[in-house]
Amino acid sequence: MDAKQLYQEVILDHNKKPRNWGKLDGATHRAEGLNPLCGDHIWVALKLDGDRIDAIACEGESCAICKASASMMTVAVKGKTVADAEELVAGFRGMTTGKLDPATDAKHLGRLTVFAGVKDLPTRVKCAILPWHTLHAALERQDGTTTEGAADPVAIDAQGFPGNA
Amino acid sequence: MTAATASLRADRRRATPLDVERIRADFPILRNVRVEGRPLVFLDNAASSQMPQAVLDRIVRYRTWEHANIHRGVHYLSETATAAYEGARRIAQRFLNAREEREVIFTSNCTDGINLVMHGYGRKVVGAGDEIVLTHLEHHANIVPWQMLCEEKGARLRVVPVNDAGELLIDEYERLLNPRTKLVAITHVSNALGTINPVKAIVAAAHRRGVPVLVDGAQAAPHLRIDVQDLDCDFYAITGHKIFGPTGIGVLYGKAGLLEAMQPYKGGGDMILSVTFEKTTYNVIPHKFEAGTPPIAEAIGLGAAMEYMTAVGHDRIAAHEHALLEYATELLGAIPGVRLIGTARQKASVLSFYVGDIHPHDVGTLLNQDGIAVRTGHHCAQPVMARFGVPATARASFAFYNTFDEVEALAASVRKVQQLFA
Repeated sequence: MDAKQLYQEVILDHNKKPRNWGKLDGATHRAEGLNPLCGDHIWVALKLDGDRIDAIACEGESCAICKASASMMTVAVKGKTVADAEELVAGFRGMTTGKLDPATDAKHLGRLTVFAGVKDLPTRVKCAILPWHTLHAALERQDGTTTEGAADPVAIDAQGFPGNA
Repeated sequence: MTAATASLRADRRRATPLDVERIRADFPILRNVRVEGRPLVFLDNAASSQMPQAVLDRIVRYRTWEHANIHRGVHYLSETATAAYEGARRIAQRFLNAREEREVIFTSNCTDGINLVMHGYGRKVVGAGDEIVLTHLEHHANIVPWQMLCEEKGARLRVVPVNDAGELLIDEYERLLNPRTKLVAITHVSNALGTINPVKAIVAAAHRRGVPVLVDGAQAAPHLRIDVQDLDCDFYAITGHKIFGPTGIGVLYGKAGLLEAMQPYKGGGDMILSVTFEKTTYNVIPHKFEAGTPPIAEAIGLGAAMEYMTAVGHDRIAAHEHALLEYATELLGAIPGVRLIGTARQKASVLSFYVGDIHPHDVGTLLNQDGIAVRTGHHCAQPVMARFGVPATARASFAFYNTFDEVEALAASVRKVQQLFA
């Protein structure tokens, strides 16, 4: 899938009408995510009911890929258990960094497999992953996350990654 | 294309003094690379420019036939390499119109040159309560070293503001100069906006108060004829890879008297006259500042690049780039929703823009689908971005090998991006 298709098929819809976008009253968990490279800056807020994600919302300033990824993420994890959400986080990371095949290993991602094409846009992988990292940080009760340094998904997952040899 | 556009375009073509197709034939990467099945449209020259065959050949010739360490051996190859390296220094001297060869120091890039001045000059003269004057247009390379120095010494930065067009407020600049000012560090051309600063006047005002001036010339050297004697600046830093040479090499010009009084930045071989465990006597300038084996091939390649630019001709380069910039400003400016960031009267061929409310990274990714390379991001100039209230921009930067067709391709592709997001 080329970049134009990626934009056409999903990103534009979610960029224009992001789901679960805005503030969340009564949030129990919250984290801030920053991609200093392009300036994506988002917040993810959660309301946990025991082990279940009862509500989730995102807000902030970002590019279309990041916003669409955030929007689809909220739809995907709402109502899921923390463990299931973390499994989606790992699956999304694996798929967008080219480690998991969307047709086989990452089948459980469902609709989210449209983001598989991001692996061919190395500079944009971070944009797609940022919301997921922020979700992970919120679940872990960290205050913030970033796509740079130790938390850099590209640095961590550099093996076999195009453009990161 | 409307008749009016066609006639405008024909006018532009007549207005350029360059045979661009012939120049493009000198650049293998422009001939050979295809992106997404289309010919490459390379409009990211302000980040790094491409090398002509003459530069590539010169580097290969050096590596194939002439390589040995310089300034050391008495043998044939060492003398050949030393002659080529020092020859490149003389070319750089002419390129910048430095008074003396020894005022030309090879560095690894412009950032390295600025850091050399920060360590060698700044750390010696700047003390607690002193001030360093910068502008709002600076690249991080001309902010961070001075910030580090201020932190170390208890000094502070003063920043010359800009107007909404991205031009320096010169009155404000003059007001910032005071007896505590120890250095003025300014960019000649803004990398994010393209603004050409009135460096000569800025230097004169500083000198009236006895303050030396460092000029970051990274973005000026690709576009303008540089004459450090005419500017009368005290330091001028440039980098090789933005003027059609290789990466890993740059030049710092400094007035001989200042360089002689300065501390070396790095210690090691080649920068000494004698070494005992008790005391080291430093070499004369410029060698005092060139510790260790330098990037010899890169310096020689840079010399070849400067000769190539000189052969094309600075006046012709400036005229062609100006025509490209005007055409691009007109075509992009005519697209509803496109906002040009940086509209100074004096501009180099750099065009920063914002397309509606579409994030520049999305614009850049989609332009790439049409084979068009632009820079998207904050351009290592976050204070400028903040001044104009944007986190990032898309930036097209033109070199003398770019064409009017490429300007049109850019405008057409920007319209497509808009339609996709509409």
